Amino acid sequence: MALSGVLRPGFVQIRVLDMAESIIHYRDRIGLDVVSTEDDGRVYLKAYDEFDRHSIVLRECDEAGLDMMAFKVSSEAFLDEYEEKLRADGFEVTPIAAGEQPGVGRRISFVAPTGHRFDLYVEMELSDNGPMTNNPDICQQDQRGMKAIRFDHCLLYGTDLDGTKKVFEEILGFSTAEVVVDDDTGMIIALFLTCSNKAHDLAIVRHEEDDKLHHVSFLVEDWNAIGEAADIMTRYDISRDIGPTRHGITRGQTIYFFDPSGNRNEVFAGGYHFYPDNPLRVWKASSVGKAIFYYERELNDRFMTVVT
Amino acid sequence: MNNKGFQVRVEGSDKVITCRENEPLLIAMERQGYARIPVGCRKGGCGVCKIRVTTGEFEVGKMSVKHVSEKERNENFSLACKTFPKSDLKFSLIKLKGKAINIGALGIDRKN
Ligand code: FES
Ligand SMILES: [Fe+2]
Repeated sequence: MALSGVLRPGFVQIRVLDMAESIIHYRDRIGLDVVSTEDDGRVYLKAYDEFDRHSIVLRECDEAGLDMMAFKVSSEAFLDEYEEKLRADGFEVTPIAAGEQPGVGRRISFVAPTGHRFDLYVEMELSDNGPMTNNPDICQQDQRGMKAIRFDHCLLYGTDLDGTKKVFEEILGFSTAEVVVDDDTGMIIALFLTCSNKAHDLAIVRHEEDDKLHHVSFLVEDWNAIGEAADIMTRYDISRDIGPTRHGITRGQTIYFFDPSGNRNEVFAGGYHFYPDNPLRVWKASSVGKAIFYYERELNDRFMTVVT
Repeated sequence: MNNKGFQVRVEGSDKVITCRENEPLLIAMERQGYARIPVGCRKGGCGVCKIRVTTGEFEVGKMSVKHVSEKERNENFSLACKTFPKSDLKFSLIKLKGKAINIGALGIDRKN
């Protein structure tokens, strides 16, 4: 598969209650580098193995949650095509000028049927602290904390899951890798969308409130790294949700925890590779415990109801 | 405060929870295995631990205004994970509007 169109989740802008505490969390505990702090107070960070300038944007606010998730697109032609199709489908598309975030080119922005704002863009400056390209070492400098490799995906909660599914599949070219469906009605309860070879780039769960963030996820190296992340959580008294454990869906190994504003984070490793000709994997809601937590085989209530 | 910490009670329950100085109320309850309150993010973001203090003094940390507005704050609404008792106190649990919390699974009685 030649990857074109939407390439990957590029960045997220997260609302935090206290910037100083949040920087300690994302920089020292998760292990991201601070790229810049801008005049409007937003703080830009990146993981060590990302080529682009930034992937996590923190904005101080009096409520937690997600401002927007942005995807990187392979060419201006695709961006124009998406804009046209979104408009034709009745979406309001807002252009965002280059430079609204440092180093980022023009974006287009729309609100999906689940109430989430998504941005699309082509250009982002390369980081001067990204992966080496000449006789490359594993990384340019020593890693910190949980040693997050990259920002990987988000899980979002909202009501009109079918509507958002349609936009991502039909306009943005995503595939659905897995679903959880109601045993009787077949209604989709959870949806795992991919624009790449990854098992998921975006997941959505049906929920009675729109525009909710369940988690922002970072890739780590392996199962050992998840154990080390768990050590860090206890050592620094980070609020832990669940894990280390494994997902049936995507098969990733995982641990969930909360940032100092109550936004959920995940660090995960592994998972299968997806190809667009793969058949859809389907879980019945009656087996959802195993789908989400493969070892516990039951959901904890917090995982299903706590969002920001 | 004596060396036992502050004595905290949920309205309508006899169980006494001991809260240490500078310990969030929610963490004290969790530490003592008290299952009547839902534990979410523990960081003031998700709102599931919303309470209203009925008697006693307390301080609060930063929390989402989405869950406790300025007005509510003046009426002693708070989030247990960001509530720091400064005296013995009593509080009641607040049911969140529009949130599907599986009460049975948590063993919570959310009557105010
Ligand atoms: S547990 Fe999330 S706000 Fe208290
Ligand atoms: Fe995840």
